[in-house]
Amino acid sequence: MNKMQGATLLKYKNYRYFKATSLLMALAITAYVLIRPAGGESYGGTWLGYVLGILSTLIMVFLMWYGITKRRISGAPERRQQRIRTTRSDEMAAQLKFERRKTRRKTRGLSGATLQEWLSAHVYLGASLIVLVSLHTGFHFGMNVHTLAYVLMLLVITSGFYGLNVYLNYPRLITLNMAEDTLDDLLLKIAELDELACTRALGLPDEVNALVLKARHETRIGGTLFQQLSGEQRDCPTRHAVQQMLHLGEKYNQDDQPKIMRDLYSALLRKEKLVLRARTEIMLKARLECWLYLHAPLGIALLAALTAHIVSIFFYW
Amino acid sequence: MMSENFKIVIVGSGPGGLSAAARAAEHGISHLLLEAAPHLANTIYHFQRGKPVMAEPAVLPLRSSMSFAAGIREHILETWREELTRHQVNYRVGATVTNISGQSGAFQIKLASGESINAEFVVLAIGVQGNIRKLAVPGEDLPMVQYHLDDPDAFSNETIVVVGGGDAGVENSLALAGQNRVILINRQEEFSNCKEANYDQLMAAVAQGKIETRVSTLTERIDALAPGNFNLAYVAQTPEGHEQIDCHRVIARLGAKPPRQLVESFGVRFPNSDSTSVPQLSEQYESNVPGLYIVGALAGYPLIKQAMNQGYEVIEYILGNPVEPADEALLREKFADVPDIHSVSEGIALLRVNQPLLAPLTTLQLREFMLDSTVRVLPRGEVIFNRNDYSNSFFSILEGRVAIQTEGQNGEEAVFGLEAGNFFGEMGLLSGRRRSGTAVASLDCVLVETPRRSMLKLLYSAAGVQRKLDEVSLKRVVRSCLDTSLPERELDYLVHEAQSKRYAVGDVLFNEGDKADGLYMIRRGSVTVSRMVAGKEVVLAYISAGNYVGEMALVSNKPRSATVRAASPTEVVLLEAVRVADVLGRNTSMRRKVDSRYLKQVRSDEYAPSSESSELINFLMGQGVGEATDVLLIDYARCIRCNNCETSCADAHDGTSRLDREAGSTYAQIHVPTSCRHCEHPHCMKDCPPDAIHRSVNGEVFISDNCIGCGNCQTNCPYGVIQMAVKTEYKKRSVWQVILGTGKQASEADEAETGNLPKKAVKCDMCKDIIGGPVCVRACPTGAAFRMSPENFMEYIK
Repeated sequence: MNKMQGATLLKYKNYRYFKATSLLMALAITAYVLIRPAGGESYGGTWLGYVLGILSTLIMVFLMWYGITKRRISGAPERRQQRIRTTRSDEMAAQLKFERRKTRRKTRGLSGATLQEWLSAHVYLGASLIVLVSLHTGFHFGMNVHTLAYVLMLLVITSGFYGLNVYLNYPRLITLNMAEDTLDDLLLKIAELDELACTRALGLPDEVNALVLKARHETRIGGTLFQQLSGEQRDCPTRHAVQQMLHLGEKYNQDDQPKIMRDLYSALLRKEKLVLRARTEIMLKARLECWLYLHAPLGIALLAALTAHIVSIFFYW
Repeated sequence: MMSENFKIVIVGSGPGGLSAAARAAEHGISHLLLEAAPHLANTIYHFQRGKPVMAEPAVLPLRSSMSFAAGIREHILETWREELTRHQVNYRVGATVTNISGQSGAFQIKLASGESINAEFVVLAIGVQGNIRKLAVPGEDLPMVQYHLDDPDAFSNETIVVVGGGDAGVENSLALAGQNRVILINRQEEFSNCKEANYDQLMAAVAQGKIETRVSTLTERIDALAPGNFNLAYVAQTPEGHEQIDCHRVIARLGAKPPRQLVESFGVRFPNSDSTSVPQLSEQYESNVPGLYIVGALAGYPLIKQAMNQGYEVIEYILGNPVEPADEALLREKFADVPDIHSVSEGIALLRVNQPLLAPLTTLQLREFMLDSTVRVLPRGEVIFNRNDYSNSFFSILEGRVAIQTEGQNGEEAVFGLEAGNFFGEMGLLSGRRRSGTAVASLDCVLVETPRRSMLKLLYSAAGVQRKLDEVSLKRVVRSCLDTSLPERELDYLVHEAQSKRYAVGDVLFNEGDKADGLYMIRRGSVTVSRMVAGKEVVLAYISAGNYVGEMALVSNKPRSATVRAASPTEVVLLEAVRVADVLGRNTSMRRKVDSRYLKQVRSDEYAPSSESSELINFLMGQGVGEATDVLLIDYARCIRCNNCETSCADAHDGTSRLDREAGSTYAQIHVPTSCRHCEHPHCMKDCPPDAIHRSVNGEVFISDNCIGCGNCQTNCPYGVIQMAVKTEYKKRSVWQVILGTGKQASEADEAETGNLPKKAVKCDMCKDIIGGPVCVRACPTGAAFRMSPENFMEYIK
């Protein structure tokens, strides 16, 4: 590996957020073990329970704010307008020139935190909730809105772990599979090969023609969610055609068209390979994205359950 | 044949020619305006329908008998037509001038039709577009044979023969192929004359049967057919014999003949063979042929307003009327702050006396020079620029004294003073890199600051300036590359007969095993050092301007130990080996420096990069990263393809993303997206009529608001990172809109809404106005996107 490949999410700034959250969790566990506060029916009602609960809620709000930061990383509109106005006036600009360079360097770490930093913090803080909230529950569970919120949170975190896994591992696979091609390139090449195969098959027996036509019209790339995620089509007509061609080649070999058969076979073979690559691409991209469709809505459901949880505890008072 | 007599004949009916003719008509002098094309103002006539025409530079007042303001093409042409009628301008279209002979008072102008016209004075306003090359076969002027394609969508369901395998022909064919049958004719055997992207698209279109091509084919004639299905019969000689293609239309795109040759045949001299050079003119636009005047783009003034002003002025000059040039007021203002200068001519005179560099210039050129420059009056102690700034303007000292503080390779500081009559800043200008020193006014100073473009234009058009500049700057290059404390005497000795050499990308400066011929100071560009390892060329180092190569062999007295190649267009100063050895013998401090570099080099050779890293360097060099100053790279092993870099870029820049993540090449998981590299010598700056592209102090190359949307930069950028876009009212989404998912996202900007609005060039400005720096990097959730400058290559890759 070379230095061009910067730190991963997990290693960001020499494990800064791993260290921070570890410390947080260690503190929480120590407090839980050492301090046995007297309090209400459940642990969450004790003062330590409240502290853990409030802390966890704040962390959750922070985690959700990531979704907003991601879409607004280019800076708040007001501030940018202000900036443009100052640079427009020439005198000011000249005066600010030197200072700007200084501030630019300084602000990089503060208001200009990179999204990677946010995400690194998001991952570790998110994971720490398992500990913090479990402690907050005092390990009392039941069929109620409180436990619902807890379960939802675990689901969100689980989907997050899946996401982290694909984020760390899939990008490399995508590059290996696609090299410099784009999906559109592949589809174009597939269409060309289909055209070629059909032309080649024109003079061949009907059985071959039917096979090629079926491969052309019934091969699905993409398709249903399940097909996308699995990267397969059951009984893929193209693969079928490639397998069948071997038999048919023997069957019709007496005809004087072995070269056309060979051409056709190689075209179908090339197509099969391209189809596989296109499906792999779609599969990898789908898997990279699909979890977000759980992670975000579950997060919102969690927010709702959490609100219900917080409102309801006021009634215990 | 009787030939007609006129006092003034104006050749070319562009803005300059029209303005001149109108002024002559207003004075009631006998005049004739000649235009080769069938329309007046042919270039503007052939702008795309509805194209907005800008009126830059905004500060320059218009002085002409014709009016002109920014507007769409149709409106401008209509106004001009009315005004020509009102002034009763005497013009003739379709009149191609083939020769001008004679002298002031008795010129003879020959037309292609064989006619001859006599004139006392000639105004040449033919621009630089050149004459469109025609087919030169019978039928070349038939009505359905055209040499332009203004609007490809205007034709459908036609059979069209396109002649010409260059970019114009291929682009036209591709644009027409969707709704027409297109046959593309190429004289050559292959389409090797067009850009790669066009070639690829053409081949794809041919493979899909959308375009038919004929290669090694020459046009023989075009016949008009009797009214029926087809209008024309296009006859050509193919390798298989004669072929007739019945078609509706022939579009020939054969390029243009540059006007220089024609102009030279009139006796006008150009200062050098550089393609950008312009003829030398007097203050009154008179060329070296007395009575022959040149205005407009051919004289080096590419903007419409400048040309129109000159058209007006040239007529006044011919009549002997003293006119204050239109720029007089502007120049007066420039000199206003200088205490001892009371008039423009005084200022110009002072410039001529106090800047020997500019002595070879005519007053007209000096005025032009001043118009682009600014006069800066600085109190003692003021910093003019800082070391490592990216500014690239050029400074002439009119009065006072300036101290330059530089820092050598090993961190030792050196200060030298420059008196009035000197210049500085040329190293940043020529190398395109950061300033190598800090300049401070050590007394109260009057400086003239000239922007990069005007200075380069001057260097190209006035050979004398280039030579004078070199005399001083060679020594400075040697001093800053080698040893800042070297005495003047030794410098003189070193640069005596030193050669300045230029290399194109990939050219070899010297090969491994060659005999050492000297020390190479890199003045501009960059080089890679490589060595054959196990039969493979392995890149060891990347060295940029301001450094030197070739010391290894000189110090060790052995043949060259490595091959050095130009990684970008490079200029070096080659110092003779013998002289270097002499100077090294006499100067221990320099000797120590070169030795220490030698040892460093020996050590770093031991840690030579693996062949995989070497391949990566080669790949990046192939992508043009070698000439970059700051390039966006993406580590594809981290990139989750979320395109947040693009979305946030669009969000930060009025809804248009300046980068295309998916396009571009990838090697070993390192991806070079299509995005600006902020080249050392930006290609986009080459030909920008309003000079709207600049480099900021921090190095960002950006386009300012006075862009006229001509698209030259887009064409000139070899990396395809500039796009033409409509500037829209773009509102960022507020927090609430983001939370609720309402409001338009950057990527969803509406295409249809912006159909006919003027477009301007848009490119990456590295978010220079945004706190926190480039958003593409900040918006990457996994840290895959990063920016890098090639100087740090080796650090990164090892």
